[in-house]
Amino acid sequence: MTTLLRRSPATSLLWAYVAVYLAFLYLPVGLIPLFSFNDAIQAAFPIKGLTLDWYRAVADNEALRSALATSLEVGLTAAALATLCGVTIAYMDVFGRSPFARLLATIASLPILIPGIIIGIALLILVNLAGIGPSRPAIIAGHVLAGLPTAVMVMRSRFMNIPRSIPEAAQDLGAGDLLVLWRVVLPLSAPAIGSAFMLGFLTSFDEFIIAFFLAGTEPTLPLFIWSQLRFPKSLPMVMALASLILAASIVIAGAAEMLRRRGQNR
Amino acid sequence: MSFTGGHGGVSASGGRFFRAAMLLPGTFAAFVLILFSLALVLFLAFRSNDGSLLGGGATLANFAAVATDPLYVMVALRSLAIAGLVTLATVVSAWPVAYLLAFHAGRHRSLLLFLVTLPFWTSYLLRVFAWKIVLAYNGVLNSALVGTGILSEPSLAFLNTPAAVVLTLAHAYAPFAILPIFVALDSMPKSLFEAASDLGAGAFATFRRVVLPYSMPGVLSGALVVFVPTVGDFVTPSLVGGPRSVMVGSLIQAQFGKANDWPFGAALAVSVMALIIALILIVRRVDRRFGSRR
Repeated sequence: MTTLLRRSPATSLLWAYVAVYLAFLYLPVGLIPLFSFNDAIQAAFPIKGLTLDWYRAVADNEALRSALATSLEVGLTAAALATLCGVTIAYMDVFGRSPFARLLATIASLPILIPGIIIGIALLILVNLAGIGPSRPAIIAGHVLAGLPTAVMVMRSRFMNIPRSIPEAAQDLGAGDLLVLWRVVLPLSAPAIGSAFMLGFLTSFDEFIIAFFLAGTEPTLPLFIWSQLRFPKSLPMVMALASLILAASIVIAGAAEMLRRRGQNR
Repeated sequence: MSFTGGHGGVSASGGRFFRAAMLLPGTFAAFVLILFSLALVLFLAFRSNDGSLLGGGATLANFAAVATDPLYVMVALRSLAIAGLVTLATVVSAWPVAYLLAFHAGRHRSLLLFLVTLPFWTSYLLRVFAWKIVLAYNGVLNSALVGTGILSEPSLAFLNTPAAVVLTLAHAYAPFAILPIFVALDSMPKSLFEAASDLGAGAFATFRRVVLPYSMPGVLSGALVVFVPTVGDFVTPSLVGGPRSVMVGSLIQAQFGKANDWPFGAALAVSVMALIIALILIVRRVDRRFGSRR
């Protein structure tokens, strides 16, 4: 295109900087899987021997298993609810041209501008007032809010890309509101819905700060990790667990990205 | 048939039930979970602590304590300084990456974009935990430095310092700033480069007068999305910061935990929100000056 796109020394320098930046981004986190195979309690060089013991400890830990179950249940429910809110708000905003839905979309994106700790305490007061108290439903409510901004954004940008003529044609052929939504718009948006759901699940699965305030007696996986950090002896097991979580996050984020791209290329 | 609402939209007549049903989940989330619960925090901040859920009697004492107690003032200033430094470091280090992504990434663009956003989707707690392993007394950095002979014995200087908090937070929120700056730069017409050079601008003048102003809306919103979570953070100070790094988030957490003074915790939270709102207003103002298109 322009002369600037040719590789000049300045561009090479820029690429070198980006390489260093990526190293800074990935190296510290990359140490976790590395030391999860280390045959010593201390995460330090030199690595003495390799072992799978810590992964065995992960598999055998009862408390961990129940935390995983809690995390999965909370994550799937919160993702489903956040996606439901995202789809309905974005649909009414884009196709319903409802000013009220526009207002909802604005409020739904507020959690980006509020520190997690404030969302946590606000919901803590709310659930106590409602008589529910810190519990699984409370964490789910918190994680719906955490996932809401992304869900609305993903669904809005998908709906905006659907040519108006398609639902129009369906209407002209006599399809009612529900039919247009269910048989026309939603099928066209399936990849985006899948992407919003997965990102909502990831947000919940990795979320710590909000859950910290809203958990009752059943911790989520990040809360379980937090409780283990006090014990130096369990750090290697935490690293093995963390490696598995990182791997799962990367797979899900990659799948969500692929779905999103496929949705755009239609 | 619904010609009334027309044109690819939801029909106005007959669809009243449909509209209500579609707006229900969002209304609950927005008005009950977000607005009402935030209103509860605001309400509680003006109540005295009598051990009950909504406190007793209206009072301004919580805010008086926040504003006058030297301990709280110091913690507030420290939080501002740490969050400010983290924001500055994050935005400045992210800018060249966003620039390369927007103009020079070529066919590697989508891969690179994925690589810089991926950490966003990995656990924040684990990113902080990684630094605890790196900086610990008998941790990765010390063992590497001692092993290579750079240090004769492990140093205590890495962990439990405010510097460790800044480093860890800057790493944890690094990817947050890239995307908004990239989006801003990506919307810049490439012809502006040619126009600038045709008008005799050198590389530096083009950067300062064309590219930098164009990126400003992205820089400002990037700064905001980094500042907001860092200023309220309590995990990082607690894991790598030590006692000299207590931030306002740690104080809020303590009020809802051990100290059990929810009204005071709410007042701290309201103060943080007031600060964030003030920043948003300033950012809007500056944004307008740069002729933002939003």
